[in-house]
Amino acid sequence: MAQISKIFNLHVLICRNYKGDVDMAEIDHFMPLLMQHEEEGLICPVMSHGSVHFMWIKHSNLYLVATTNKNSNASLVYSFLYKLVEVFTEYFKELEEESIQDNFVVVYELLDELMDFGFPQTTDSKILQEYITQEGAKLEVAKTKVPTTVTNAVSWRSEGIKYKKNEVFIDVIESINVLVNANGSVMSSDIVGSIKLKTMLSGMPELRLGLNDRVLFALTGRDKGKTVVMEDVKFHQCVRLSRFESDRTISFIPPDGESELMSYRINTHVKPLIWIESVIEKFSHSRVEIMVKAKGQFKKQSVANNVEVRVPVPSDADSPKFKTSTGNAKYVPEKNLVVWTIKSFPGGKEFLMRAHFGLPSVENDEMEGKPPITVKFEIPYFTVSGIQVRYMKIIEKSGYQALPWVRYITQSGDYQLRTNV
Amino acid sequence: MMNDSLFSLVCAGEIFELKAELNSDKKEKKKEAVKKVIASMTVGKDVSALFPDVVNCMQTDNLELKKLVYLYLMNYAKSQPDMAIMAVNTFVKDCEDPNPLIRALAVRTMGCIRVDKITEYLCEPLRKCLKDEDPYVRKTAAVCVAKLHDINAQLVEDQGFLDTLKDLISDSNPMVVANAVAALSEIAESHPNSNLLDLNPQTINKLLTALNECTEWGQIFILDCLANYTPRDDRESQSICERVTPRLSHANSAVVLSAVKVLMKFMEMLPKDLDYYGTLLKKLAPPLVTLLSAEPELQYVALRNINLIVQRRPEILKHEMKVFFVKYNDPIYVKLEKLDIMIRLASQANIAQVLAELKEYATEVDVDFVRKAVRAIGRCAIKVEQSAERCVSTLLDLIQTKVNYVVQEAIVVIKDIFRKYPNKYESVIATLCENLDSLDEPEARAAMIWIVGEYAERIDNADELLESFLEGFHDESTQVQLQLLTAIVKLFLKKPTETQELVQQVLSLATQDSDNPDLRDRGYIYWRLLSTDPVAAKEVVLAEKPLISEETDLIEPTLLEELICHIGTLASVYHKPPSAFVEGSRGVQHKRLPGSAGSGESVESPDTGSAAGVSEAPPAVIPSQGDLLGDLLNLDLTPPTTTGPPPPSSGMQMGAMDLLGGGLDSLVGYLHSTMGAGFGAPPAAMPASFTAPVSGGLDDLFDLGGGVGMPMGAYSPPKTVWLPAMKAKGLEISGTFARRAGVIQMEMTLTNKAMSVMTDFAIQFNRNSFGLAPAGPLQVLTPLSPNQSIEVTLPLNTVGPVMKMEPLNNLQVAVKNNIDVFYFSCQYPISMLFVEDGKMERQVFLATWKDIPNDNESQFQIKDCHLNSDAASNKLQGSNIFTIAKRTVEGQDMLYQSMKLTNGIWVLAELRVQAGNPNYTISLKCRAPEVSQCVFQSYEAVLKN
Repeated sequence: MAQISKIFNLHVLICRNYKGDVDMAEIDHFMPLLMQHEEEGLICPVMSHGSVHFMWIKHSNLYLVATTNKNSNASLVYSFLYKLVEVFTEYFKELEEESIQDNFVVVYELLDELMDFGFPQTTDSKILQEYITQEGAKLEVAKTKVPTTVTNAVSWRSEGIKYKKNEVFIDVIESINVLVNANGSVMSSDIVGSIKLKTMLSGMPELRLGLNDRVLFALTGRDKGKTVVMEDVKFHQCVRLSRFESDRTISFIPPDGESELMSYRINTHVKPLIWIESVIEKFSHSRVEIMVKAKGQFKKQSVANNVEVRVPVPSDADSPKFKTSTGNAKYVPEKNLVVWTIKSFPGGKEFLMRAHFGLPSVENDEMEGKPPITVKFEIPYFTVSGIQVRYMKIIEKSGYQALPWVRYITQSGDYQLRTNV
Repeated sequence: MMNDSLFSLVCAGEIFELKAELNSDKKEKKKEAVKKVIASMTVGKDVSALFPDVVNCMQTDNLELKKLVYLYLMNYAKSQPDMAIMAVNTFVKDCEDPNPLIRALAVRTMGCIRVDKITEYLCEPLRKCLKDEDPYVRKTAAVCVAKLHDINAQLVEDQGFLDTLKDLISDSNPMVVANAVAALSEIAESHPNSNLLDLNPQTINKLLTALNECTEWGQIFILDCLANYTPRDDRESQSICERVTPRLSHANSAVVLSAVKVLMKFMEMLPKDLDYYGTLLKKLAPPLVTLLSAEPELQYVALRNINLIVQRRPEILKHEMKVFFVKYNDPIYVKLEKLDIMIRLASQANIAQVLAELKEYATEVDVDFVRKAVRAIGRCAIKVEQSAERCVSTLLDLIQTKVNYVVQEAIVVIKDIFRKYPNKYESVIATLCENLDSLDEPEARAAMIWIVGEYAERIDNADELLESFLEGFHDESTQVQLQLLTAIVKLFLKKPTETQELVQQVLSLATQDSDNPDLRDRGYIYWRLLSTDPVAAKEVVLAEKPLISEETDLIEPTLLEELICHIGTLASVYHKPPSAFVEGSRGVQHKRLPGSAGSGESVESPDTGSAAGVSEAPPAVIPSQGDLLGDLLNLDLTPPTTTGPPPPSSGMQMGAMDLLGGGLDSLVGYLHSTMGAGFGAPPAAMPASFTAPVSGGLDDLFDLGGGVGMPMGAYSPPKTVWLPAMKAKGLEISGTFARRAGVIQMEMTLTNKAMSVMTDFAIQFNRNSFGLAPAGPLQVLTPLSPNQSIEVTLPLNTVGPVMKMEPLNNLQVAVKNNIDVFYFSCQYPISMLFVEDGKMERQVFLATWKDIPNDNESQFQIKDCHLNSDAASNKLQGSNIFTIAKRTVEGQDMLYQSMKLTNGIWVLAELRVQAGNPNYTISLKCRAPEVSQCVFQSYEAVLKN
């Protein structure tokens, strides 16, 4: 990878040429090329001009572009670009034109430290913040040393961290992805789970996390209680992957503060937790009538919070009228949506919403897509998969006692129900 | 003259002010001033005038200030090489600073200053830093070796840095190991034969250990490096796989893909009956599926790679169809890729679901997506026989929607379905005919016309339908015209009584009123066929067509193998070998999968691997549409029937591969035929059938036809004898190369000088410098009787395997017929590789000319050329050599020209023409100077003919 540039409109904000094999002026071809692709409706994350290849991502209104003339590792490039966004966001809160301009010195320093000659180096923002600071001016030279963490095998945690009270907060978050056909059959559904940590522990603690993992139970010959089959598990850098591979133990030295320890995917057929039945009738040139029924298909004791059912309406619809059995319906014309909000939705209950729109007599002849109904919700104290944290063992050589706290939550992920209109 | 500054200049006052501030005594003021300078630099202003003043600030104990000055140096040192020397002392001093951060900073920056003079001074500090006690400095120094190698490879080798770098692979610190591996891989890439990364079981073991400990990026470097290793046997292969599989659980998608690459490659060596093989297959699916929850760009890379993986090992994802269902909010590039994979995974088991989805997509709004979805339904019909009926009825439903582009797309695919299942679904023709008027795209019109012609006997008003198209004959695209011509001839042969007038009309439209040589040629042939021997005409035109085969758009197996070795990289995203898009990739090495373990022995030889791959019966492919250059007699234009090369006995295939792949030299002597002498030979005679007496008033037409065959535009040398009859058991081949309408063609005359009939012709090329390969099979449809000649045009593409030849434009060919396999070699004019978009922009030309080192320039004389510069320029343009600018200095015209080769290599030329002097001087500059000699030969040939 030769250079990373960030561009705003036609104007390059900052760039760094790492290898000197791509002319810096090549970036001038990027915007015209992108516009051309956009016009043809063939937008693509990789574009080439002559022998130069552009790989780009967009973050708010900035383009982050990597250029190369070699057969570079494309997945590495995109991973790195997203890492850049992450690091800059941690440094400047927002990554935008202004924050780059105001901090260009730090940005250059970071670009220097993040990558060398096209090889990504240290990209952990917590560690970077130990020796590249925004108040560089205040630092005396003698103080600025490379933290040994940078090159350590444990490159994500510094030594000498101290807390008065040693605690770990564990959040188990499961997102439900559902795709339902217009005739009501579930086309695909899966659960994407994530275990997040907020670590407030002194020293270099060794942690071991125990889950009700079916493979582990089978390995150890135990079979009591409910277990979960995780289809695919992804771990943070800190988890010893070979250990997990051999005996399914999740052992690690955690990064300090907040981090995502692991994510997993479960491919079971879940019953959609909030089931939607909709009848959308479109009478051309006159009106659209919408009837939506939402049903909570989960335990009676649980409650879904902040439920939002988003129903698409034609872009030329007007004069909305609503009737709901509970909650609030609102028309959001800029998104061509009716948003029906229910603050608290107990399990087993069923609610109804009716909407009526007028349609102009002169029809909009532009073809419109068929956007699906989407649903947002969260259900606390509950995981669909039934995954449980059985224990979290914390061992530090000073021998302190530490407390783990666990929270469970289930929420909607990509939750789409196709309609027949 | 070539130095038009791109940057806006900072006004003089501002520079003056900054200068004063930079020389201030106050530290703070100095630093602020440097910051301002960098800020100006960032927005693209030229502040190089401040070079000495900024360098003066370098000696400071303020780290931030130092970093800024270094940054400035990296930017401007190249433009001020003499002054950059001033900085050397400070660099050397900083490399010994007690603070490792400063030592590393100095060594990192020095490597980025790409000034030759400085590199000498860099050696000593670098040597120290490579042995530094601090791993941070060592890991930075390791990268610096790669930087230095890029500037001055010789120096790095002389100084022994490569050995030090190799030693670092055994370093105790994982980050140092990772960077050393990255640096060595980078260097090895530009020196494919250097054997730098001599991977052996010991180093592999070290790498696998470091893999567990280094950062995510380090893991990628190591995995990418491991992928280049060829294990000795299946046991070693398995043990590496076992240690790599845990990486599939890494959160970083790039780590996962690199691990997949290693596993896909090493899996080749595992016996399929091994339990572990099955386990591994099962382990690969979940991480690949999870990649689809990554960011859209990463999803795209993953999908492109999955597309390759399912072609190589369909069993991995065969149960995962559902995850490829398209979501409403997927970006279009993700949608299209998912669709492709859905078709690949479609099988009898899941076809119902797939069809329901595809039907859903066909009612979306995004036109490209909808079209592809409709096409996909057709592909499913062809692939899964049991579903054909359902697919056809789905397509009919879609036709009822009357959405214009849906109808057209549907008709195009229904034509393919007819070809696959003849006499089954023709009942729908009536419905298709209803939509005749709404078709406005050439491909759909051509498809519909094909259907009408092919089933003329079942369509009562076929003549009316075709006649309606004839009215606007000249406004139609070539594709439609050709199809219409063929369809009406078919109609005539089926219903001769009613359609005589129609056929005469179309023949005269095609032969007399058209400028298109293809159309005219085809018109003449039909005309002559019909007028000389209607029975033969019937046999030829209405011949039974071979069925099209099921799998579509498959990547050619050798290319697929190579791409599997490049999983995760741009090559895998483009589905092209790196040599096709990396400029001047000298001595490109084609990666191959290791041979399968079955036999156990000779695994090292890469050739056995590929031979094994090829022998797995190459699947047939439907090439993309619009291939107009198929043989004239191949009546059904799209899709031309290509069942691969006509089924060769596998023994022959293997034999040919072996001979061509292995010891070529022995062959060359035997083959070295007639290139030199051939140039003077007269053009080959017209084929025998053409010179036969012609009845009626066609004589004059025939004369016309003679003229049509002359080369137009691009220069094409006259045909020469490539394979004399005495060397090939009576088969004589003479031929030439041409570039017509952007397509490279090999034009051959095959003459049978033996006593028996020749059949079953097939052709194959050996690997060659530009990856030339036949784009379709050799189309010799009728047997070649004794004393008969036939003209064959073989379209070529440049996506074949690449190997550098000597001379560069040498091409080794194997031709097979029912008698034997024959080999010959010929040389093609490199000008046929010059592509149509080879005109560089002026600015780019100037910059490129400057940028290419002078060592790469070669000069030649072209003697005895009597054209003036404009005539020369025009002539060259015909061969895609474009004149970008012309200057006249003292009666001498200088033409600046550019051309681009099919593999992306640019050649720049300066042609000097002195009025009255028949000798031209030409200077060629190219990043791959090897091509210059051939380019010069082409100039000479083009200008003198």
